[in-house]
Amino acid sequence: MKHSTFFWFFLPTGLAMLLFILLPLISVILQSVHTPHEAVLVTVENCGPFGCKKETTIDQDATRILREAEPLGRFVGFDIYFDRAHLAVAEVRQAWISSESWGVFFDNLGNLPFYRAMAFTLTFTFTVTPILIVFGLMIALGVNAISEKIKGLVIFVSLLPMIVTPLIGSLILFWMIDSRGILGNAIQWLAADPDLSLKASTGLTWVMLIVYGVWHSAPFAFVVFYAGLQTLPMDQIESARIDGASRWEQVRYVIIPHLMPLITFVALIQLMDNFRVFEPIVGFNAAAHATSLSWIIFNDLGGETRQLSAAATSSMLTIFGVAILLSPVLWRTWQDFKGKS
Amino acid sequence: MSSVANRYPVHLKVLIYGFIILWVIMAAFPFFWTLWGSFKVELDFFSIADWTNALTGRNTFDTYGSSFTDTGYKGAWIQEEFWRAAINTSIVCFFVVCTSLTIGTLGGYALSRSGYRYTFWLLITALIFRAMPPITLVSGYLLPFFEWNLWGILPTTIIVLVAINQPFTLWMLHSFFQSIPKELDESAKVDGCTQFQAFRYVIIPVMWPGVITTGLFSFLLAYNDFAVTSMLLSDENRTMVPKIAAFLGTTYTEGNVMFAVAAVVSATAPLFVLVMFFQRRIVSGLTAGAVKG
Repeated sequence: MKHSTFFWFFLPTGLAMLLFILLPLISVILQSVHTPHEAVLVTVENCGPFGCKKETTIDQDATRILREAEPLGRFVGFDIYFDRAHLAVAEVRQAWISSESWGVFFDNLGNLPFYRAMAFTLTFTFTVTPILIVFGLMIALGVNAISEKIKGLVIFVSLLPMIVTPLIGSLILFWMIDSRGILGNAIQWLAADPDLSLKASTGLTWVMLIVYGVWHSAPFAFVVFYAGLQTLPMDQIESARIDGASRWEQVRYVIIPHLMPLITFVALIQLMDNFRVFEPIVGFNAAAHATSLSWIIFNDLGGETRQLSAAATSSMLTIFGVAILLSPVLWRTWQDFKGKS
Repeated sequence: MSSVANRYPVHLKVLIYGFIILWVIMAAFPFFWTLWGSFKVELDFFSIADWTNALTGRNTFDTYGSSFTDTGYKGAWIQEEFWRAAINTSIVCFFVVCTSLTIGTLGGYALSRSGYRYTFWLLITALIFRAMPPITLVSGYLLPFFEWNLWGILPTTIIVLVAINQPFTLWMLHSFFQSIPKELDESAKVDGCTQFQAFRYVIIPVMWPGVITTGLFSFLLAYNDFAVTSMLLSDENRTMVPKIAAFLGTTYTEGNVMFAVAAVVSATAPLFVLVMFFQRRIVSGLTAGAVKG
């Protein structure tokens, strides 16, 4: 294809991505190093019959003119990155010096919003991803073994938790798990504790969100693994069986190695997707016990104040995290590309 | 295949069927429970006294003389004007799917047919864009949209969603077009067609399976989005998902939780229908990326 033809074919989509992904990204970077102008103060000396006194007032006009002239605000470099709401360098150093043990140090870190969100985001990402892979694999092996007649129905039902809007899915579970809902009731009955509330404890809230995460993402792993199982080399299974491999050994030494590329694929995709966990926190109304990086951004942007600079800085830190998770994928794609050409 | 299944010993079979039944219950029960409960009053849906009330609807019967009531739906759709949100969602989804497929098809086709090195870098850029959570871009949108008075209206949101959708659409259609033999449009060009004519008369007639699958995922993205729509739309232009989120704040205090429950069920229903009709396509779309990579 000629360069000019390619250009015209690619123009609309390229333009859309340029204007609404790349430029906003640059704008986010710029915002993260700017902060809104402070009000312009003027000091006026008022002299009356009882002597002169100095008064400091906000010069409304000058403030407005300054804010309109430079809507981005004033340049502050990396100050916002290091402030208390983000990396909190000073507070971390203070905690490091004053804490006698690791436990106290981490407790102190837990009081800083960014590290609190980071703790939940990382815990969520690195517990949900392995569990959903194992769970998805179990479902795929199970569905592969059941009668053809009901397979279609089982696959249909399995897709539901994944397809449904995350916010709606978490709300549905949230209402069931409410202490007056059916699951909440059942758990109270099982634990023989009528006052047990999943919403009141941080630990149980985290478990609840992780269970939701697995419930929501396991179908994706299932579908991918199930497709992989359809291309299973039957002769290898056959020979393993002749060699006396038990069913578990067949799964361990034939099926899992065959699915390994797919397992890597699902793991990489899910690490990135779980890192952006957000809707369940809103749906489960769990912000008091668990916050995530995306939730911090959303929280800064919402409400009357709309702290754009703070949100932009959180965005940059989130993108940085995603970039770390994405790097193995990029490395693999690059290797593939070099192999082809 | 059934012969393989028959070879499973009985205890293993019981285990497998037991596990699958457990999973099916886990996956489906919450939806049916909420659907059933959405026709009850709050005291039944959240039953403190006796959980069987949620099944029998005793309080619902006491209040309305019947075990089922549509007050939740009436409240949500008429009183809280959920119909407005439903219309907004339809508009947003329709235009997002149409626009992103149109420009995505052209771009994906070009990427699959050009052998130059820059196609690789464009695809890598698209992959990076795909990995960024959409919410990280929102603070970049707000300032210019406020400045130019574009904030709060549907067209802005549609274009933003189209753009966010593009990286995924490009990857999906790129790999789909690569599975269409190059000889097809090459021969058309030998016969004197321009590249666009070859695309128009040779590729378009055979591309629909891939395009429909991609369209389904574009639809899901637009339909399910919460972060972007709730930040970029004004109150009266809200789509269904942010509208439901807005319900939560007000209804919990007013005791109208059932409005939110009814709205949630209403918003889930189209997705059920979608999965029912397009199950095969969704499965093939999910696996297309995986099996290739």
